[in-house]
Amino acid sequence: MLLTITTTAVPATDLGYLLHKHPEKAQEFGQAFGTAHVFYPEASAERCTAALLLDVDPVRLARTRGRSSPDFSLGQYVNDRPYAASSLFAVTLGDVFRTARAGRCAARPELAAAEIPLELRIPALPCRGGPELARRLFEPLGWSVEAEAVPLDERFPGWGESRYVRLTLTGVRRLSDALNHLYVLLPVLDDAKHYWVAADEVDKLVRAGEGWLAAHPERSLITRRYLGRRGSLTRAAFARLAELGDETEETLEPPVEEDVAADAVRRGGPDAGSAEETGDAAGAPSGEDRAAGPEAPAPGGPLNARRHAAVLDALDELEAASVIDLGCGSGQLLRELLERPALTRIAGTDVSARSLAMAARRLRLDRMGERQRERITLFQGALTYTDDRFAGYDAAVLMEVVEHVDPPRLGALERVVFGTARPGAVIVTTPNAEYNVRYEWLTGMRHPDHRFEWTRAEFAAWAERVAAEHGYRLEYRPVGDEDPEVGAPTQMGVFRRD
Amino acid sequence: MTEIVSGTGGEVAGPPVSQTVSQTVSQTVSQAVGRAGGRAGGEDAREGARGNAGEGVVVSVPELSLVVLVGVSGSGKSTFAARHFRPSQVISSDFCRALVSDDENDQAATPDAFALLHHIVGVRLRRGLLTVVDATNVQPHARKQLIALAKEHHVLADAIVIDVPERVAAERNASRTDRDFGPHVIPRQAKDLRRSLRGITREGFRRVHHLRGVEQVEAAVMAYEKAWSDRTDLTGPFDVIGDVHGCRAELETLLGELGWEIARDARGRAVGASHPEGRTAVFVGDLVDRGPDTPGVLRLVMGMVAAGTALCVSGNHESKLARALQGRKVRVAHGLAESLEQLAAEPEEFRAEALRFMDGLISHYRLDGGRLVVAHAGLKEAYHGRASGRVRSFALYGDTTGETDEYGLPVRYPWAREYRGRAMVVYGHTPVPEAEWVNNTICLDTGVVFGGKLTALRYPSREIVSVPAEREWYAPARPLGTAVSGGRDPGLLDIGDVQGTRYVDTRFGGRIKVHEDNAAAALEIMSRFAADPRWLVYLPPTMSPPETSALDGLLEHPAEAFAAYAAEGVTEVVCEEKHMGSRAVAVLCRTPEAAARRFGVEDGTTGLVHTRTGRPFFADPALGEELVARLRRAVTAAGLWEELGTDWLVLDAELLPWSAKATRLIQDQYASVGAAAGAALPAAEAALRAAAARGLDVSALLERTTRRAANAARFREAYGRYCWPVSGLDGVRLAPFQILACEGRTPAATEPHTWHLDLLDRLVAAGEGLVAPTRRVFADLTDDASARAAIDWWTSLTAEGGEGMVVKPVAGLTFRPPAPAAQAVRPAEGTDGGAGEEGAVPAARAGDGRSPGRLVQPGIKVRGREYLRIIYGPDYTEPERLDRLRQRFLGRKRSLALREYALGLEALARLADGEPAWRVHEPVFAVLALESEPVDPRL
Repeated sequence: MLLTITTTAVPATDLGYLLHKHPEKAQEFGQAFGTAHVFYPEASAERCTAALLLDVDPVRLARTRGRSSPDFSLGQYVNDRPYAASSLFAVTLGDVFRTARAGRCAARPELAAAEIPLELRIPALPCRGGPELARRLFEPLGWSVEAEAVPLDERFPGWGESRYVRLTLTGVRRLSDALNHLYVLLPVLDDAKHYWVAADEVDKLVRAGEGWLAAHPERSLITRRYLGRRGSLTRAAFARLAELGDETEETLEPPVEEDVAADAVRRGGPDAGSAEETGDAAGAPSGEDRAAGPEAPAPGGPLNARRHAAVLDALDELEAASVIDLGCGSGQLLRELLERPALTRIAGTDVSARSLAMAARRLRLDRMGERQRERITLFQGALTYTDDRFAGYDAAVLMEVVEHVDPPRLGALERVVFGTARPGAVIVTTPNAEYNVRYEWLTGMRHPDHRFEWTRAEFAAWAERVAAEHGYRLEYRPVGDEDPEVGAPTQMGVFRRD
Repeated sequence: MTEIVSGTGGEVAGPPVSQTVSQTVSQTVSQAVGRAGGRAGGEDAREGARGNAGEGVVVSVPELSLVVLVGVSGSGKSTFAARHFRPSQVISSDFCRALVSDDENDQAATPDAFALLHHIVGVRLRRGLLTVVDATNVQPHARKQLIALAKEHHVLADAIVIDVPERVAAERNASRTDRDFGPHVIPRQAKDLRRSLRGITREGFRRVHHLRGVEQVEAAVMAYEKAWSDRTDLTGPFDVIGDVHGCRAELETLLGELGWEIARDARGRAVGASHPEGRTAVFVGDLVDRGPDTPGVLRLVMGMVAAGTALCVSGNHESKLARALQGRKVRVAHGLAESLEQLAAEPEEFRAEALRFMDGLISHYRLDGGRLVVAHAGLKEAYHGRASGRVRSFALYGDTTGETDEYGLPVRYPWAREYRGRAMVVYGHTPVPEAEWVNNTICLDTGVVFGGKLTALRYPSREIVSVPAEREWYAPARPLGTAVSGGRDPGLLDIGDVQGTRYVDTRFGGRIKVHEDNAAAALEIMSRFAADPRWLVYLPPTMSPPETSALDGLLEHPAEAFAAYAAEGVTEVVCEEKHMGSRAVAVLCRTPEAAARRFGVEDGTTGLVHTRTGRPFFADPALGEELVARLRRAVTAAGLWEELGTDWLVLDAELLPWSAKATRLIQDQYASVGAAAGAALPAAEAALRAAAARGLDVSALLERTTRRAANAARFREAYGRYCWPVSGLDGVRLAPFQILACEGRTPAATEPHTWHLDLLDRLVAAGEGLVAPTRRVFADLTDDASARAAIDWWTSLTAEGGEGMVVKPVAGLTFRPPAPAAQAVRPAEGTDGGAGEEGAVPAARAGDGRSPGRLVQPGIKVRGREYLRIIYGPDYTEPERLDRLRQRFLGRKRSLALREYALGLEALARLADGEPAWRVHEPVFAVLALESEPVDPRL
């Protein structure tokens, strides 16, 4: 809610010209979600400080957000926006200091062009990634960064640090640059989507980032976060940044493909190499985390691609003509199944209606030709309820699904799939927990929604019992490069009905 | 003149060929006074009908049947149909043709028109509705399709031939402007009809009613016959008796045990029995074969049936024995030889009588208004009350798969596992060691002839009574007690139990709709996060706050809660301290055996404490089981098992501290906001003070910022109060306030809060610090001083930082009696208008005799000023914010609270009644589904 800008350039009160706000006045600027105040706590020739205070009206704020789900509307009312220098604050900053940000100063053009000593202070900056990320983003821009995490609650030291940082930037920069840095990087650090990202955000980003963003070592993170991780926009921005800079689009492209990033966000899965994608509670995990997960691209291709290939190979071997993907998520495997003409009947089911809608969109079901459309069925189902629609397939795929089921409910899944639906074959893949030691940065399990991860012995014990109880023969296959000590990253069991 | 011509019964009702027809006919004789009299199927019938010609002939069709009108165009079929049937019952080909072509005469549309007609007819028959087809039907292939349709839905088909002179039909058509087909059409149809009449009786109709001439058509009177299986008029009480298999001595012992008095003939043989309380026995069939005295059993049961003290359905053994006695070729096995030998020693007269009896047995009965169905091998719901060969086979032999097991016995599909019908189905046929309930069905064949026991079920009390076999009379092919294929699996629910738009009937709140989208959302929550559904027998309802207070600085105050109850006619209320924790439901079993028996959980766990959305409280199952164990110790020490006569309990409670479950939420939401405010506001205050010191006019903003800083500090205090560190179970406390259910009882619906709280005080005393008390005061709303004292109590409670209190009617479950001014009583305030259908306030089910009226809110929560800061934000007490917040609407929240309350009680009642798992799951799931309705979560 508060930013102070201090300069010690002589005369310091020139800051008023630069900001187009008179040091001897307290001014108000109406915003859609509250009121912005600009005033000067100090204004001497030696030292002048301008303060921007945004007084957010949470009720007005909620109204501008439209209807949200009940779970989240609680968040709308008890909300950090009135206190934190969030993306809303950046919007206000952009608006109130529009002219200064553009580097225009009709009366004193030489002032706007000059680099002056500046100190910017933000007492409560929401910063996903902590003080460390703040440094990573501001230091390359020539700022000396003082960033200190605010504790969550002094009375409960065990709770640790909050996501807020007390930030002080000092440096000698043009004021317009400083404002543009904040304008772009506040929402990037905040990393919460508080306003609808529209197509013109790309323009805004490219304009505000002119002269510094294309060369920033963290540009891909900045671009993705600024655009709220909307894949198509991100790509457009990359392309245009590349035009501005000397580099080609390819080198700017982030290491993850669009869908993967989108899925990772949706499911809050940890992303390879950095912790930036973690813990988005809004992204409800579905029965699938096949694309995300911690598995970094390996020499043989990304693990999820190899997993798909292994499943498809097994289906070929089984000579399956019909297959049901149990826990199909947003339909990544389905898309590959559809490309196999040998499969005349394909079904995908998931417990998440949202995932299914996404799968339908991704597969373009509504535009598919009739013949093709007849091959595939999508429906909502839960693997702990018996369901006639699961029955009658040559093969069923449980790819990275069982580990999302609470152990006490696994028995129900076994009886529903192996006992009642009884497909000719069942292909099960699940992480090999032993392999986790090979992910250096990984703490805990590979996905926040995993209820367990099995060692090879644990998987074998489960699979053999299930096979014996329900009359299936079992065969194991490792997926991914096998490590001599800990095995392959993914384990797969192929069950064939006797 | 009318002819009643018996059709080919074999196709209609299945084996044995002769039987169903003769039953149908004899019923006509005995019951249909004023119906077409005489013995049908021959010349007698025709003669009888002729005798009645002058008065108008009676056309008698089954209550549920497909009636096929047959007659040429213009013969008056539609007029006949309109005179005798409701418009919705008559499906005409002309109507269907118009629907698919906008032109009743468009013959090119005929194939589509008939496809539609068959579809409509099929749907109606599946739903059990009498249906009349109004089409010419003069060609055999048209009728054949309809007969096939009837068979597919296991209903009988009757044909009514409207046979008027060609000339009459031609004249009628000529006078109609909407018909213009050539003069050749009627003669051709008439020719088809005449040809048809020769063979129509062999096509598969139960009967063909032939009305000749205009006069007879016009004078005809319709009559309806009940299905043979329909004994819904008998209400019992019944003693349903399992497979006897010639074990006369055990049967006599069992009847004695059940209080029957056996009548004996001069030779001391049992020839009948009656019950002093007027009970009726129902035999599930298989009276005969294998055992030592098949004739003795037959003599006794035949006597009882003849005297009207018993009913008996046919077993497969009666069916086969009857065929053997008729001299037909059957394989003599499975104990048939013994019966034939024993019967050979009986007089010819007895043999004939026994044959008549067995041959006349029908395959199932619907009793007591359809609530009880008895069939030898059970019957799936779609077959109840239906008649076809397939229905009879099912009832006699079960749902056989065609395979045989290692003992050479047929493998049967476990239909009972999937049974979802409301009627109780009682059957025998497959020997089991113990009679066990599976989805409201029970098999009573406990293998007495194999040395097991003979079992009876007393209805409606559901008591099971058995007597042991005197010895093993016959060696079983499959050892008794070995797993029958498809044993029970109560833990598995079917997607059909929960998916799609559903209507849940509740005994206290009427029929409650669950919208498809809400069910879809709940499915995800239930299957991804909830505990094993066998433990989820209840989810607590949401609770509404009172109308908004007008008092300064307050949003909620007890006065409005009291006023709301007073308006509902409630005078005695209890105010219970609202514990600031997490709502918890504790399911506790005394032993693992109780868990297995009552909840079907056999993995050794003995209970669960779960959240209001059905999640286990502790991620670590060992910790959960430890909590259950400690609560069980408290229940044992308090002597509640004995006092309540139960070995399981469900408690409604609050688990403390709030931070035990909600730490993540508190940190992410509340503490974060507190931290941001704590960092930002003092800095802003300092900047503003500096500006003010310079003489800038920022005084209003400064003053406001200072106030907000104070509010933020209060906010941090408010949530901090409900947090304390816990480690394992140390620091965890459970505050129960209601005993929801226990064996055979639903105290949540029957007992006043005084009862609950008194018993729970004993639990607190025995709880070794784990069980926290619920402080409360009682208030008499007719006494101002009493109400004021309760308000003072709330004030001091909330001043100390307490969350607030819940006001409840002392009596517990309360109805507002239906009054003439019932509509006016609906809370006028706060209806948000958008509630619509789902927002309707549930009323107790009408039609069960007397309606107790509309449910009254089970509780109203009145939250304290500081606590509400957590809900509405640090600055909610600022006057302009408070004014805005006062415009809150409670209608939807109240409606939701009542619907969820009714569903919760329904789940508990179903559990206490011993209903199957899916029936308990249905309302529980519905509560979860309703929770995804959009309602302001701050209420």
